[in-house]
Amino acid sequence: MGERKQQSAVSSQQSAVGAYGNTPERKPKATRDEYGEVLLELGEKRSDIVALDADLSCSTKTNKFAKAFPERFFNMGIAEQDMIGTAAGLALTGKIPFASTFAVFETGRAWDQIRLTVCYSNTNVKLVATHGGITVGEDGASHQALEDIALMRALPNMTVIVPADAAETASVIKTITDYKGPVYVRLGRAKVPYIVPDDYQFEIGKALVLHIGKDVNIVAAGIMVSAAKRAAELLSKDGIDAGVINMSTIKPLDGATLLKAAKKSKLIITAEEHSIIGGLGSAVSEFLSENYPVPVKRIGIQDTFGCSGPSDELLKFHGLTAEDIVKTVKTALKK
Amino acid sequence: MNVTTKGKITDVHDLKKLAKKIRLRILHMLTTAGSGHTGGSLSAADVAVAIYFSKMNFDPKNPLWKDRDRFILSKGHAAPLLYAIMGEAGYFPLDTLNLLRKVESPLQGHPCCTSLPGIEVSTGSLGQGLSVANGMALGLRLDNNPARVYCIMGDGEIQEGQVWEAAMTSAHYKIDTLCAVVDNNGLQIDGPVQKIMGIAPLHDKWAAFGWHVIDINGHNMEQILSALDEAERTKGKPTVIIAKTTKGKGVSFFEDKVEYHGVAPSSEEYEKAVKEIHNG
Repeated sequence: MGERKQQSAVSSQQSAVGAYGNTPERKPKATRDEYGEVLLELGEKRSDIVALDADLSCSTKTNKFAKAFPERFFNMGIAEQDMIGTAAGLALTGKIPFASTFAVFETGRAWDQIRLTVCYSNTNVKLVATHGGITVGEDGASHQALEDIALMRALPNMTVIVPADAAETASVIKTITDYKGPVYVRLGRAKVPYIVPDDYQFEIGKALVLHIGKDVNIVAAGIMVSAAKRAAELLSKDGIDAGVINMSTIKPLDGATLLKAAKKSKLIITAEEHSIIGGLGSAVSEFLSENYPVPVKRIGIQDTFGCSGPSDELLKFHGLTAEDIVKTVKTALKK
Repeated sequence: MNVTTKGKITDVHDLKKLAKKIRLRILHMLTTAGSGHTGGSLSAADVAVAIYFSKMNFDPKNPLWKDRDRFILSKGHAAPLLYAIMGEAGYFPLDTLNLLRKVESPLQGHPCCTSLPGIEVSTGSLGQGLSVANGMALGLRLDNNPARVYCIMGDGEIQEGQVWEAAMTSAHYKIDTLCAVVDNNGLQIDGPVQKIMGIAPLHDKWAAFGWHVIDINGHNMEQILSALDEAERTKGKPTVIIAKTTKGKGVSFFEDKVEYHGVAPSSEEYEKAVKEIHNG
């Protein structure tokens, strides 16, 4: 009875905001574009916000903040390690630094700097990286961060967030401004459809349940939430009740929601635009194996590097489409 | 107990005496701990003592006082030096020094800012302090706070590429509230710096990066004080003091010995070393 209620809540939400959560007012939008606008808006309200970039402000969209508040913006040149240390220093004088560049450079090039001066020193630095995942597209593997979540998740004191759409991004950026401590936010290059409800308020460590399914639950993050949602729609046509959970905070993980889902469906699928090693799939598997062991199947990049190509083709190439999720679910359910 | 109100120590003789005291404490801490970095703690002692006690405004009873000058020990392995100074300054009771390198001690093997109030940022992984110093100076500038930032690096440390990224930043943003020091003791763990990975010409390198460069004998207190004054007077660009020092300074059998980079004195060595410092 409760399930049916939840299901109808989801379908009414779908009819209200369209199949992908879009409306004429909410057309697909890149999370990095939303970040640029929200950072500007916050910068107007708070003089303690500063921004840093490593020569990619036009791509990360911190250029909007830079133009409005040149004295509070620091372009560090192509020097990510120095950018992180400088951000830590600014935080130690009471500023709230947002340090942005591509995810692969932010987390990989400057990992030890993040470890020592952000996490170990527990400084109030907000690492907001763009161009996460393979949807970076044509630039290819050197620019596609597929290991960033693993790198950030392993660090004590770090919070790791992957918003699903522009609306969630706005809420995330506002929320982490008021949270004291290191945060990593992974944003994307490509436009993504809207997923979260209009009035959604992001909370650190709280998953957004679109629906809990009785046959399978798909735990997704980032762009994979919309793929999961579409997969659930396709599966329901075959009589399979598939739930969708937007696990936007990957650390700390929302174990309570995960437990609820696992108890209901006894099968969990994870879906992420990241290596299956160390990211959402790992986090979910770790939690469930210790707390409520059920079969888990991980959809993600299969321990390989990316490659060049249009992002929609790359999603197909790496098996990250709704159809791929459907196939994985059906195979797993047969076992 | 604000040092500004307590008064700074500017008398050369007093500072030399204080540096001796700090060296004795370093040796005692290291011998008690049984491990740690002797050579680099002793080489930077005179400069660090001069910065803390003749120049810096700080309040050990209020370590986060917003107008304090900042000190970053980028060469974090010289932690015993920093702890000896902080103990002397009154950040914690002196018997805390016996806890160096012990489990759950505020005195970690390398400085940890979340364990010990008064440490500005955790260091230990080399090459990172100058970036943090820049960030602090830029933050203070936004607040129109004239507080100064000091950063001591090792000479081996500046082999790290990040140091030069940061050196560009300091000059690019004309951070004249920053005074960096290179503790040029000429040795790193594996041998002489010039043999392992040459850093010469030091003066020209920093000058080419847009810094005001002052070369001194890092054990000559008069030269140290005059360099710190000059740094304070220098406007529009950052200052680096290249302090020629002797690793293990003050104890003849530690001096210029690469073996004592990361080794603590034995009890016998400690007794001999104490005598030498008293007589020195």
